[in-house]
Amino acid sequence: MKQYILRRFGYALISLFLLSVTIFLFVRVTGDPAVLLVEPGASKDDLDAIRQQFGLDRSLWVQYGAFVASMARGDFGNSFYYRTPVMELYLQRLPNSLMLAAVAMLFSLAVGIPTGIIAAVRVNSWWDSAGKIFALLGLSLPAFWVGLVMILFFSVYLGWFPSSGSGTPMHIIMPAISLGWVFAAAHMRLTRSSMLEVLGSEYVKLARIKGLPEALVIGKHALKNALIPVLTLAGINLVLMVNVAVVVETVFAWPGVGRLLFEGISFRDFPVVQATVILGGVMIVVVNFLVDLLYAVIDPRIRYER
Amino acid sequence: MNGNPTTTLPSPAATVTLGSRLAAFRSEGFPTIPIAILLSVILVAIFANVLAPHDPEVGTLGDRFRPPAWQAGGMEGHLLGTDHLGRDVMSRLMFGARVSIVVGFTAVIIAGMIGTFLGILSGYVGGWVDQVIMRITDTWLALPVLTFAIFLAVILGPSVSNIIIILAAVYWTRYARVVRGEVLSLRERDYVRLAIVAGCSKWTIMKRHILPNVINTAIVLATLQLGVVIITEATLSFLGVGVPPPKPAWGLMLADGKKGMMAGYWWLTVLPGCCIMLMVLAANLIGDWLRVKLDPQLRQL
Amino acid sequence: MTAGPLLDVRGLSTHYVSSRGTRVTRAVDGVSFTLDAGETLGIVGESGCGKTTLALSLLRILPPAARNVGGEIRFEGEDLLTKSASDMRKIRGKRIAMILQDPMASLNPLFRIGDQVAESMRVHDSASRPAAWTKATNLLKAVRIAAPEARMREYPHEMSGGMRQRVVGAIAISCDPRLLIADEPTTSLDLTIQAQYLNLLKDLQRSYGLGMIFITHNLGIVAKMCDRVAVMYAGRIVESGSVRTIFSAPAHPYTTALLESIPRLTASRARLSAIDGQPPDPAALPTGCAFHPRCGKVMDRCHDEAPDEFAVAASQRTRCWLHAGVPARPA
Repeated sequence: MKQYILRRFGYALISLFLLSVTIFLFVRVTGDPAVLLVEPGASKDDLDAIRQQFGLDRSLWVQYGAFVASMARGDFGNSFYYRTPVMELYLQRLPNSLMLAAVAMLFSLAVGIPTGIIAAVRVNSWWDSAGKIFALLGLSLPAFWVGLVMILFFSVYLGWFPSSGSGTPMHIIMPAISLGWVFAAAHMRLTRSSMLEVLGSEYVKLARIKGLPEALVIGKHALKNALIPVLTLAGINLVLMVNVAVVVETVFAWPGVGRLLFEGISFRDFPVVQATVILGGVMIVVVNFLVDLLYAVIDPRIRYER
Repeated sequence: MNGNPTTTLPSPAATVTLGSRLAAFRSEGFPTIPIAILLSVILVAIFANVLAPHDPEVGTLGDRFRPPAWQAGGMEGHLLGTDHLGRDVMSRLMFGARVSIVVGFTAVIIAGMIGTFLGILSGYVGGWVDQVIMRITDTWLALPVLTFAIFLAVILGPSVSNIIIILAAVYWTRYARVVRGEVLSLRERDYVRLAIVAGCSKWTIMKRHILPNVINTAIVLATLQLGVVIITEATLSFLGVGVPPPKPAWGLMLADGKKGMMAGYWWLTVLPGCCIMLMVLAANLIGDWLRVKLDPQLRQL
Repeated sequence: MTAGPLLDVRGLSTHYVSSRGTRVTRAVDGVSFTLDAGETLGIVGESGCGKTTLALSLLRILPPAARNVGGEIRFEGEDLLTKSASDMRKIRGKRIAMILQDPMASLNPLFRIGDQVAESMRVHDSASRPAAWTKATNLLKAVRIAAPEARMREYPHEMSGGMRQRVVGAIAISCDPRLLIADEPTTSLDLTIQAQYLNLLKDLQRSYGLGMIFITHNLGIVAKMCDRVAVMYAGRIVESGSVRTIFSAPAHPYTTALLESIPRLTASRARLSAIDGQPPDPAALPTGCAFHPRCGKVMDRCHDEAPDEFAVAASQRTRCWLHAGVPARPA
């Protein structure tokens, strides 16, 4: 158990290291980082000042050290546009993103799990085919387009929901659905396949041999086992959502991290872009590590590993 | 061994003749419609300059926001209406197909080549090479694809060739993972061992014995990846870091369409999205079919 | 209760139909046998001969692709095949119990042992939670599990294979069934544990007066456990009779071959004989007698005529042209 945790922790550290190297190198290999780091329309003197400030004239090793050190301090520089530390901006927007992701996740699970169960229990039936079409559409429709069409239909034509902004529960419904849509399809597919596997297992056969009612066989014996991989995936997806939300937040003007990234792109605000990407990656690495730990708690085989 | 008397004998190996294989290939759910869709999109993309009724990048401002011809206020010359600059939507959709096809196919092929090469190298050479490549692959896989692509787009600047580079740089990982797994089992096969005994060099073995056996897998993955790549391209263009305006790309058209959305100009939002959906659906259906036909082991993906 | 046999199966057929309906596999094809209360019938045959499908057909829990296409299953005088799904469910686990092959896989990993043992009683006998729990503890004692109170609170992964299979045995007898079907219950256990488990099953059968169907590919176990034996080949019973007659005077060449493949300490022959050829593909059975391609005594008519069932001795029947003459009375 201890060894397992240590190894996973090592992997997480390596991932963070590679992440920082990747970002660091890409900025420097592809051109003059000073041009990115300086505000648009700055003079030659400004450029020199930036080079001085970030030590861009020194060796790559020194630069990388400084880069990592400032990241570790949570210092991602100041936003050109807002004139405040990027970290502050990010933390300001993060709760909104998490809320959107949470609602979208609830939606995707509420849709994905029951449809997945039905598709598995009635495998190869009309229900299953309908489920397959749903899953295929989920993979084939761009999330932001679903959002746009919903705005067109529900806001512009019917006037049921506000088309953008935040504040009331009504504001979150459409962004959450368009964000949760793709994930609902993914959760449906996984629930179906995991349920099918469990339904073919010996313990489900034994439950039937015991003469248990079908509702108990599926709702108790099969479902509990089938949900483990689904909930694991949902945990990972929650973080992915915060990142995928960039477009959805842009479409609905939802004031989250994704919208911040979009603003960073529009205003050529490089520190904001860089920080959002790095923090997104860090979040994913951390959550992957937590999910590995959670696995150790759920799965007894890992628990007994030395 | 439990030493008990048993009469269990090996079950007969399934014999598959070429004829039965071909028959199965043609019979089971051949995706006629998806292939027809994909082919027609490709044809439209190739002949866009012949088929399109107007210049996709030039419009008449007087004729802006015209609805499709069948709706009140529509114009005969603009079957699918015009956008906020009075440009013909149908022509833009046709030239948009060209962008989607070129970007999608090129990116998928380049990503496939990078990923397959690294996967073979990693799986066959093993040792520290394997360790390094797989660690990098895992980190890459963990990166949020979209934000990472946006990041690259911002530092590289928007252009069609840059977007291809970005998509390839982001999507090679899947190939590397899957191909490596396949190579690990291929490496133990008799004909590979024979080749080693016969003194073939590592490169020869990888090229002559390993590559032909993983190419099926790579093709299946590429087809399945095509849809994802096209959606990502549309998303990047929509956000303004993909194909630069005024070039017609479906994602870009959706971004422009947003300007007329609140006024109810539905065609600017619905039509480009339908094009993306049709194309991605077709690619996914063909990919699913190929996966079942060429590579049953990939069913999990 | 009727005076007839506990179980009377006539002409039972179960076929697998491929999803497009083009391939039909006759997994169980016209199987007939009877079983009296307190009696043990062994069903032997190679893997894939239809033994397990036969067992599942008796309980009517078939995989989705399988279809029952005919026959009759009379259990205590009632025809199981005409019963409604909910009536059938009340029989499963209550009057007919079954033990599956793989103890490692047949317990649900996420529920406590106690809950899994008590569950049948809660459902079939509407037992209260504490009553079922107490009974379950006693059952664990009955299957010789030490410290049953503590074991009740454990999860399957904390137990050994032998222990788990005892738990499965406890579940099987929990509702006091009349018929117990054991499908290769010891194949995945260690040798010493196998013997213990077989003794346990035998004791349970005696003390509860169970009728038992024992499915195995192991003739040694048949000799130890069973009163009568039925030999299955390619979905059919090719020979049946008392264990004594079958072992001393097998009539069907397949039975003979099976017996010759058992290693014996006293055997004078240095080599074991294996059966030539491979078991047939059940989806594409040979014409005539299904065994003829592997049979050492094959005759012309075996190629295209499937043999009927013939009586060899008072309690012995076989499907082989070698014994043509006396047609068996319908069972």
